[in-house]
Amino acid sequence: MTQAEFLNIVMPFKDKVFRLAKRILVSQEEAEDATQEILLKLWKNKLKISEYKNVEAFSMTMTKNFCLDKLKSKHSQNLKIVHSNYQDKNVSLQKQVELNDSVDWVSKIMEELPEQQKIILQLRDIEQYDFEEIGKMLDMNQTAIRVALSRARKTLREKLTKTHSYGVK
Amino acid sequence: MVLNSIEKLIEKYDNGETTLKEEQQLKDYFSQETVPQHLEVYKSMFQYFLYTHEEQFTKDVPLKSKKTYSLYQWISVAAVAVVMLGIFTQFDVFQTQTSTQTLAGLTPQERAEYEEAKEVLALFSSKFSKGTNNLTALNMVSNNFDKGTDNIAYFGEIANTTNKILKTN
Repeated sequence: MTQAEFLNIVMPFKDKVFRLAKRILVSQEEAEDATQEILLKLWKNKLKISEYKNVEAFSMTMTKNFCLDKLKSKHSQNLKIVHSNYQDKNVSLQKQVELNDSVDWVSKIMEELPEQQKIILQLRDIEQYDFEEIGKMLDMNQTAIRVALSRARKTLREKLTKTHSYGVK
Repeated sequence: MVLNSIEKLIEKYDNGETTLKEEQQLKDYFSQETVPQHLEVYKSMFQYFLYTHEEQFTKDVPLKSKKTYSLYQWISVAAVAVVMLGIFTQFDVFQTQTSTQTLAGLTPQERAEYEEAKEVLALFSSKFSKGTNNLTALNMVSNNFDKGTDNIAYFGEIANTTNKILKTN
């Protein structure tokens, strides 16, 4: 497999890998490093790639496991994770200003969710995977995913309503 | 009414029962400028989802395919080195052997042994020459055999002539 072929396979979902990594690890730099690591791992195993049925789902599972492991080692080292810093080169400035406030709140509240709910919310509401794919990625059954998703959405909404009505900004 | 259906969809959404299509409808609805007061919360949620979906992984991934090659290269270099080493050491051994084989380099004891061996070999060869004398008798016998085979050749001639006679008949 040449580099070009590999990139053709990987390109469509590399951003998804990155966003999932960022969702779990929070910091931009950490997420970038993790994504790089994942892609390099895929590159090293490029001969096996053709054997995988669904490279994207496989990569997402890999990302999830890798990031959670990283998080665990971080906790044990007692290092603080750098707070999310939005460096967006692709969203226009106007849009960014418009969104900043409430959007910041959503991301902060999402950080507080349990890891699993975070991941499921990310995969479903942001990446728009269907339940079957999420089930494969996380090795969970679909009802469990629905339940976790519903919980995550409700907590998100409740906490947001609180910040909105009290105006804690 | 639009609002009515949206509210129904939102309830379904909170319970994790919406399909991807319905969620897309919600996202479309909440990307508009004004939404009713009590749905403001969802607006920030969905806008956040759309916003983070645009985030991209911009870091380069150094894909090195050379790594595997360089290993092979070093193996070949090592192989050549080993072969050269082998040749040189062989050469050295030769040289040292030839240098010790001159008579002058021998110790007196070794020289005595050498002389002894020489005598024994001389004795051996004299016995052999006696043996060759006996061999001359065998030569005579074989000469006689040769004569015999010559006589047999006459028989062959006779057979030829008889064949000719039979053919003409």
